[in-house]
Amino acid sequence: MTMINFDTGDGTVTHGIRASERISDRLFRAACYTAAAGVILLLVYIAFQIGVKALPAMQDYGFSFFTTQTWNAQKQEFGILAEIWGTLYSSLLALVIAGVFGVSVAIFLTQDYLPRWLAQIFRTIVELLAAIPSVVLGLWGIYVLIPVLRPIADFLHDTFGFLGIFSTALPGPGLAPAVIVLAIMVLPTVAAISQDAFQLIPGKVKEAAYGMGTTRREAIFKVFLPTASSGIFASLVLGFGRALGETMALAMLIGNSNQISWSLFAPANTLAALLASSWPEAGPIEQQALLYAAVALLGITLLVNVAGVLIMAFSNKQQVS
Amino acid sequence: MTMTIDPQATELMKNAGITPRSELVAAIEADVNKIYYGDFLAVRDSHIAIEKGKITGFIGPSGCGKSTVLRSLNRMNDLIPIFRLEGSVTFLGQDIYAPNIDPVLVRRNIGMVFQQPNPFSMSIFENVAFGLRLNRYKGNVADKVEQSLRRAGLWEEVKDKLKQNGLSLSGGQQQRLCIARAIATDPTVLLMDEPCSALDPIATRVVEELMLELKEDYTVAIVTHNMQQAQRVADTTAFFSVDISKGGRTGFLVETGPTKELFSNPKQELTRNYLAGEFS
Ligand SMILES: Nc1ncnc2c1ncn2[C@@H]1O[C@H](COP(=O)(O)OP(=O)(O)OP(=O)(O)O)[C@@H](O)[C@H]1O
Ligand SMILES: [Mg+2]
Repeated sequence: MTMINFDTGDGTVTHGIRASERISDRLFRAACYTAAAGVILLLVYIAFQIGVKALPAMQDYGFSFFTTQTWNAQKQEFGILAEIWGTLYSSLLALVIAGVFGVSVAIFLTQDYLPRWLAQIFRTIVELLAAIPSVVLGLWGIYVLIPVLRPIADFLHDTFGFLGIFSTALPGPGLAPAVIVLAIMVLPTVAAISQDAFQLIPGKVKEAAYGMGTTRREAIFKVFLPTASSGIFASLVLGFGRALGETMALAMLIGNSNQISWSLFAPANTLAALLASSWPEAGPIEQQALLYAAVALLGITLLVNVAGVLIMAFSNKQQVS
Repeated sequence: MTMTIDPQATELMKNAGITPRSELVAAIEADVNKIYYGDFLAVRDSHIAIEKGKITGFIGPSGCGKSTVLRSLNRMNDLIPIFRLEGSVTFLGQDIYAPNIDPVLVRRNIGMVFQQPNPFSMSIFENVAFGLRLNRYKGNVADKVEQSLRRAGLWEEVKDKLKQNGLSLSGGQQQRLCIARAIATDPTVLLMDEPCSALDPIATRVVEELMLELKEDYTVAIVTHNMQQAQRVADTTAFFSVDISKGGRTGFLVETGPTKELFSNPKQELTRNYLAGEFS
């Protein structure tokens, strides 16, 4: 086996690298590159295939696809403005709810408010939320959540109807139940990743905070939250990505109505719900339009994730020295 | 900023024949019978007084409990659930382990600098201003920040980048930032656990000079492995050792005395052997 060595000139030998070490190192590196390239290629391939299928619709409807809000298969008029609005609005609302609760849960479970074993049980329960099938949550939304929400929604509409967000009553399915279920689905993601962010805070930072004489609340809000902020931000980006693409529960709960409204109780629609509910009965032309909508959804999701990664790269706050 | 003891409590103390705090010589008086981590007896029988306006040095072999004792002086060890202290620690005559005393109050008045630099992930300025904001400092925060950074010997290096993250500094600079952060609030006592172990000789001298300057107003206790440093800065030195005879590794205070005396003429055999080893 060849050894690559320095020549000391006097016959003694320096430490070398075996050829086998170098080869296995190269093989391992090649394997890593292949795996990474494979993932990227897969993504590109899927986007490309869907793009090709959507091409006729892209040529027919062009950019006005994004700026109109009729979806009429008979007249062959297709526009997804209302769905884009519904997707972003519902995901954002769900993210606000899941963000507040998820970060609170993360603080509660990592900052010694509970004995370890109890915190572990709570953690498992929160993770189990993620295991509830979407369709089950959808059914729960229809049979439990909507009946509970209706009197509340009616009261809010009657009393504060002058506010845009309460400007309609809840007829049945609508934005509010969809958003609440969406928040439940996103919560485990936000909570789990935020918990990681809090647990990654080095012990010496805790010592520094308490050593300055902070109360626990001050330590959490003035030191730990800023220290964990980039991890928390990452949890929100991932949660938002999940919310954008969530399909089944939304198709069941949001009301599938092509309208743009601030009202929390109005029926609305999202891109994913549109795809799921229209595809089974769509003719070839409508299918092309739906594929175009799928491209739009893919684009929005990618954009959100890329923006998130960029923002994180530039702020780069959680430096662990 | 000094600790405000309830005037009624002072009155009660006087009536009970306890020395009024203005007349106390010791800022902190620790009477440690036993310190446990769980079942492990880490320190036993150590009585130590941190005198006002002086620097007290803690020396001794690794693992003898110097950090443990130092950290029980401002209740930092409360963060370790398995920590248990038998004995008492008084600060200005007040038992800091008394049930009615909030450890937060103790730590606001007895500051601490740790062995590992641990600045917060925020700007250099905000690091130093942290304690000022916490204590709702009434004066000019920017002035106080500058003054503290100057005293820590860091001002010239950071004055043009106060907005940069404290973690972007070098290890030695971070440690001086932590010192600036600790002294900004004018704690009554400053505890330092091997504060110079991350510093180069020049920065070490800056910190030593700072300590000598600080003792005009404050009281300092410092753990150090550097015998020269102990001799340069400490007025009083406490030597700890570790007792391996009973199977465990229990630390205890061997002797304490004026630094010159302890180094030139130690009373205990253990001290003499340790110093002989250190200087050979
Ligand atoms: N958090 C802890 N949990 C359990 N045991 C601990 C803990 N901290 C310290 N100990 C133990 O207590 C003893 C004293 O430790 P301590 O850190 O006080 O020593 P030290 O004198 O500061 O040593 P060094 O000079 O190496 O810093 C050691 O045996 C150590 O293992
Ligand atoms: Mg130590």
